Amino acid sequence: MAIEIEQPSVGLSKVAVSETHGEDSPYFAGWKAYDENPYDELTNPSGVIQMGLAENQVSFDLLEAFLETHSEASSWGKGASGFRENALFQDYHGLLSFRKAMASFMEQIRGGRAKFDPERVVLTAGATAANELLTFILADPGDALLVPTPYYPGFDRDLRWRTGVKIVPIHCDSSNNFQITPQALEAAYSEAEAMNIKVRGVLITNPSNPLGATIQRSVLEEIFDFVTRKNIHLVSDEIYSGSVFSSSEFISIAEILEARQNKNSERVHIVYSLSKDLGLPGFRVGTIYSYNDEVVTTARRMSSFTLISSQTQHLLASMLSNKEFTENYIKTNRERLRKRYNMIIEGLRSAGIECLKGNAGLFCWMNLSPLLEKPTREGELALWNSMLHEVKLNISPGSSCHCSEPGWFRVCFANMSEQTLEVALKRIHNFMEKRERDRNLKVI
Amino acid sequence: MTRPRPRTPESESETRNPTGGGATAMRLIVPLQGVVQGRGGLILGSLIPCALFYFFQLYLKRHRSPKPGSNPTSPSQSSSNLPDLQRSSSRSNLSSRGSIGPVQVSSRASSIARPNDSPYYIGLDRVSEDPYHRLDNPNGIIQLGLSENRLCFDLIEKWLSENTKDSVMGRDGGDLSISGIAPYQPSDGLVEFKVAMADFMSQVMGRAVSFDPSQMVLTAGATPALEILCFCLADPGNAFLVPTPYYPGFDRDMKWRTGVELIPVHCRSTDNFIISITALDQAFNQTRKRGIKVRGILISNPSNPVGNLLPRETLYNLLDFAREKNIHIVSDEIFAGSMYGSEEFVSMAEILDMEDIDKNRIHIVYGLSKDLALPGFRVGVIYSFNESVLVAAKKLTRFSSISAPTQRLLISMVSDTRFIQEYIETNKKRIREMHDLFVEGLKQLGIKCAQSCAGLYCWADMSGLISSYSEKGELELWDKLLNIAKINVTPGSACHCIEPGWFRCCFTTLSQEDVVIVIERIRKVAETCKISS
Repeated sequence: MAIEIEQPSVGLSKVAVSETHGEDSPYFAGWKAYDENPYDELTNPSGVIQMGLAENQVSFDLLEAFLETHSEASSWGKGASGFRENALFQDYHGLLSFRKAMASFMEQIRGGRAKFDPERVVLTAGATAANELLTFILADPGDALLVPTPYYPGFDRDLRWRTGVKIVPIHCDSSNNFQITPQALEAAYSEAEAMNIKVRGVLITNPSNPLGATIQRSVLEEIFDFVTRKNIHLVSDEIYSGSVFSSSEFISIAEILEARQNKNSERVHIVYSLSKDLGLPGFRVGTIYSYNDEVVTTARRMSSFTLISSQTQHLLASMLSNKEFTENYIKTNRERLRKRYNMIIEGLRSAGIECLKGNAGLFCWMNLSPLLEKPTREGELALWNSMLHEVKLNISPGSSCHCSEPGWFRVCFANMSEQTLEVALKRIHNFMEKRERDRNLKVI
Repeated sequence: MTRPRPRTPESESETRNPTGGGATAMRLIVPLQGVVQGRGGLILGSLIPCALFYFFQLYLKRHRSPKPGSNPTSPSQSSSNLPDLQRSSSRSNLSSRGSIGPVQVSSRASSIARPNDSPYYIGLDRVSEDPYHRLDNPNGIIQLGLSENRLCFDLIEKWLSENTKDSVMGRDGGDLSISGIAPYQPSDGLVEFKVAMADFMSQVMGRAVSFDPSQMVLTAGATPALEILCFCLADPGNAFLVPTPYYPGFDRDMKWRTGVELIPVHCRSTDNFIISITALDQAFNQTRKRGIKVRGILISNPSNPVGNLLPRETLYNLLDFAREKNIHIVSDEIFAGSMYGSEEFVSMAEILDMEDIDKNRIHIVYGLSKDLALPGFRVGVIYSFNESVLVAAKKLTRFSSISAPTQRLLISMVSDTRFIQEYIETNKKRIREMHDLFVEGLKQLGIKCAQSCAGLYCWADMSGLISSYSEKGELELWDKLLNIAKINVTPGSACHCIEPGWFRCCFTTLSQEDVVIVIERIRKVAETCKISS
């Protein structure tokens, strides 16, 4: 009888086996719980309500209406050349008509206060790819990007996993509404220096995820001066720029640059996408807008790994270059998000919960620190667990966003119907009432 | 991009033409060593020639540093990226007066930003600047350097006109709304699309093997599929063995961001460019001696640029080799549905079906860019038998997912088995017709092609037309073909072919009339070559 010799199994790379994909964190664990027991108004009214996914579902009807009445968007027109040209088009420059439409859409969102050149628009399959691409381009393995906390949990994976680049946090706290200060910037830079790590840039998200607030003009000026002094890059992820509740409150880095006649602008790169503002994450549409020629050239070439389907480019070019549609969409979307935001803030307030004052995004930044047993990360996770398994709400704990203060949670409100939001608020209300009763019982 | 070693004509002729600079140097050194006798002889005898050789190299270096645009083999002045680079660096120098200089990008980026120096890319650029058009630009450059298939669009267009309104919007369960395709989808593809693709692959490969959708990961094209596999199977500094000649894009796709090395394993025309295990073994050992760890073998089957198939026995031998060395095999089967000959295509998957062996080392890449002629839609497949690879690859697809409306459209198309059957058969017939026409035309000019039965191109031996049997000679001919005959073909050196004079000519972008024009243009150049030799 032959003896089975154990063959060493064929090895995989460090990237493949690393944990840097971060999918074992609570941020993702909550999603799993939701997947296993998803809320449905009719069929599963006691299921988990997903409030951990920043998706915008409030304006689908506008998109549908457009597509119904503009069939040229989803077809290629009569005549042979339309379809085949599109099907063959794999040029990493991207369809000019689509780049023009994106540039014009970005200008409209900023109320015409900044101009965008279609030749500087680089297309990627989503902002996820855009952020990773920029990281590959701006930093070498072992270098670092400075990122203000709290930040989007996905950055740990998107900026670090394959690139080998590190994130050094710029600590922000509630004492000044989590705004970025020059001291915090300097401290983060020194921290990196002390660890012998070369800092290549600062990456900000404006409007911020998870804070749901825009960055003030003076702060943007300070950040820009800082990166200029240190001669490093600035990446501004403006993916929520179209989801600001009032148009006058968003200042883009592009405006700061234009006010300075684009001096020193070659260090600035803007990331944008249609996943949040237009609610089309399934389409995989992202862009890098860079003021640096070398970065544009390189990003374009590297985008071969993450091209947007030419069919999708064609469809969206048609939609986004229709000024009537885009103006109406931007305005209506804003109003609806503001309405939702007010609804959730009111609902939380009447349950005794305060949030950070926000003015943008698909979520609010909720303060549950008074509820913590212990003002620690463990305390926060324990509370998060209760919210998930008792209250059946999936919300995102601040620790998964690297928030330095325990007790803050990101709560998404745009990925559900108004009715579902009411159900969620009711559950929170009941939860808070029960806690109050239990506390009073203990006192007696 | 990490460039392959610089291919200036002089350096190449040193390695491939023994009458080059290296031999001249030796003719100097050897007698010199004889001159210096006695005890000091050994030292001086080595030192002096070394010093002379060093100064000689220094002289050569200073006088032949390639300036873009002045290199005779790349006449293209058009690297439009170069003026941009100069402009940007001068602009930023102005603005950062007195400071540390312009803000730097990473070293990975710096190498990618440089103008393309491979004839493969230069040729593609030239065509886009001066593209042939029968009516509008009859003196333009005819494209034979891009393996695109334009022969069967009429079939797809017909299918679309009969089927489309529903597909984009999502007809399932009567749901015509965009809310079906707009939200976040699984980054590795819709389940229905995987099911459709698994069946499509099986159909395209003659139903000799079936594919399991749960072993599939979908990506935005075969380009990221390959890169993702590379990231999963190898660490920076590791290597893959690749039989030559190979698709020039591998140098970019597999190496750029992964930091992985590609080690060529040279194949010969006497073997019809089929890989020999001896050569593979040699390459493996040499690489190991250099301290580089080999993680796998990358094969393309059907092969690009030759267009032949790997015989069953070769596939078995490759499997044995991989097992013995405990490495992976990545089989790029993207042309499996573009067969026009009578031979049967055997997928790696089919071999594995028959053997009860360790399948964890086998990974297949596929896509719709060639067989269904839809490169713009970005549809690629990683098919792996390794659970851990599938888990990691799935997570990595978040950086290269296929757009949902495109998936929706293609689910319908690709599941229409009757349509696909008609498409495959018609496609086969039309490629064969074009192939026969083109190859016959070349034959009339005395140019023979390698045996091939698949792909969208032929592998033509034009060594009879080159002035010196070297890469330099080959590139001179390529230059003539590009600038005088005004056709863009891919020279073998861009594919790392060890034998000079071979050219890949893609013919599926041509009409029958175009073929006649192309052959005529080649004939004119061929005549001038014969006259001058």
